[in-house]
Amino acid sequence: MVLQPILALIILQYYRKSFNKNTIPGNWKILLTAGNVISIVMLSLFILVKDSRLVVTWLGHLFLLAVIIKGYLSTELKNARSILNAFLPVAIIYFVSYITSFLFKPFYNDWQNYFDVAEIFAFIWMIPMLIISNKQRKALEKEKLKTEEAEKVNQITQKLKAGLEIQVSERTAELTAQKEELEQTLIELKATQAQLIQSEKMASLGELTAGIAHEIQNPLNFVNNFSEVNTELIAEMKAELAKGNFEEVKSIATNIDDNEKKIIYHGKRADAIVKGMLQHSRSSSSIKEPTDINALCDEYLRLAYHGLRAKDKNFNATIKTDFDNSIGSINIIPQDLGRVILNLLTNAFYAVSEKQKQKIAGYEPTVEVSTHRNLLTGKDTGGEVEIKVTDNGNGIPQRIIDKIYQPFFTTKPTGQGTGLGLSLSYDIITKGHNGNLKVESKEGEGSQFIIILNL
Amino acid sequence: MKILVVDDELDVKTLFEQRFRKEIKSGEMNFIFAFSGEEALSYLAVNKHEAVLILSDINMPGMSGLELLGHIKQKFHEPPPIVMMITAYGDAENFKTAKELGADDFLTKPVDFTLLKEKLKIIN
Repeated sequence: MVLQPILALIILQYYRKSFNKNTIPGNWKILLTAGNVISIVMLSLFILVKDSRLVVTWLGHLFLLAVIIKGYLSTELKNARSILNAFLPVAIIYFVSYITSFLFKPFYNDWQNYFDVAEIFAFIWMIPMLIISNKQRKALEKEKLKTEEAEKVNQITQKLKAGLEIQVSERTAELTAQKEELEQTLIELKATQAQLIQSEKMASLGELTAGIAHEIQNPLNFVNNFSEVNTELIAEMKAELAKGNFEEVKSIATNIDDNEKKIIYHGKRADAIVKGMLQHSRSSSSIKEPTDINALCDEYLRLAYHGLRAKDKNFNATIKTDFDNSIGSINIIPQDLGRVILNLLTNAFYAVSEKQKQKIAGYEPTVEVSTHRNLLTGKDTGGEVEIKVTDNGNGIPQRIIDKIYQPFFTTKPTGQGTGLGLSLSYDIITKGHNGNLKVESKEGEGSQFIIILNL
Repeated sequence: MKILVVDDELDVKTLFEQRFRKEIKSGEMNFIFAFSGEEALSYLAVNKHEAVLILSDINMPGMSGLELLGHIKQKFHEPPPIVMMITAYGDAENFKTAKELGADDFLTKPVDFTLLKEKLKIIN
């Protein structure tokens, strides 16, 4: 019987496979090699030395069983169990059959058919089991490969992740730095904006100075000269008194009185202009006070007009006013609203002066300021006041009309406008006075700005 | 002497009338007042050669004193009236422009009437 050493050899091969090629433990290398040698020696003896056959057969059986049992007992060979399950019935049944045939010959002879059938069944059992186990082994190997690949992918992922984390922290640092830089820039911009607002105030003050000079020198002219006239008249009156000419004295006294009234009137006029100028230049106090809106419009109209006239000798314009006297005093921040009116007027005068330069026949530059009180249309039914500044200049092109309130937007040549006038005006009216600033404009025909203040 | 005074300030009339009351009384001087450049021009168009001296403010709504000056010196030739400019802006540019346009003299506000009277005497 030569089957057992061959089966042992096959099983040993499976054992070897079930280890990874490179990871066979040292003692198992020895065991496997020894097992192979023993199997081959047994085969050789069986074939070459006829007298040894009986012993070799016995040893073959025992060796096969030993190999199988060793396999079952070794935890390292768990993967080989299914192989062993395939071989075990063959090994046992052949062994039992052999022992019986050897020790209980008559019994064996009686039952030989059954033994043969069992041997065949064991053999038949072995083949599909081997196939199944092979499949299982392959599946396991595949699984293992997959796991290994997954492991590799995982390792790569980990590496990438680590790299990404470094990148992310670098980016974060960069972004933080950028953010800080931007914050710094924002602070600087805010400071610059505050400076620009101040310089816009100063610029409009500059526009005013010429107007102010005119407006102050004219009343001063009267104050000085009427005072001098009065001095002369008093001397004359004294002379007439000495003569006893009382009718003449009376007439002179009336003149002196009239002149005195004019002196007071023009003195107050100069005073109001200086006060207005101071109000304009100082930072906004943001305190609302009852103000005569018509007087405010009139004052700034004169200042704006004379300011422009002082700069541009050739400029002239027709000025129209239409003041609603029913308005009375309304609660506003006078210097802020004055700034808005001045800005709208300066713009209006600029618009008509630009159109005047085109030398259109029959063109008469006209700027109109009107005030109007609507009793029923106000937000809280207290009514509203409209201040309209209208010019017949070139108008605002439709494509830029949405931009006119943007800070720094200007159509004036570089250096002539800060681009802050309307932007500040809009803020003053909407935020400072909870009102509304509207514009209506037709290209080529003129513009109208409407300030709406709720009462 | 006939003098046309052009100024948009209404009180200028009262002021001149008072300051020159003696001269007006004696008939030495005769004042006419216009309150805008346009008004002055229409007066001159009707009353040719009547105004010997024109005192004009520069800064007025509508036609400015300088425009008025230009019109007078171009249109009224033989001989054009003497024109003195009076302005609240005593700046060099205004002075230069006025001279270029043919102004005979240049005064600043507040008007020094003593000085003005002396100048008028010389002309007379």
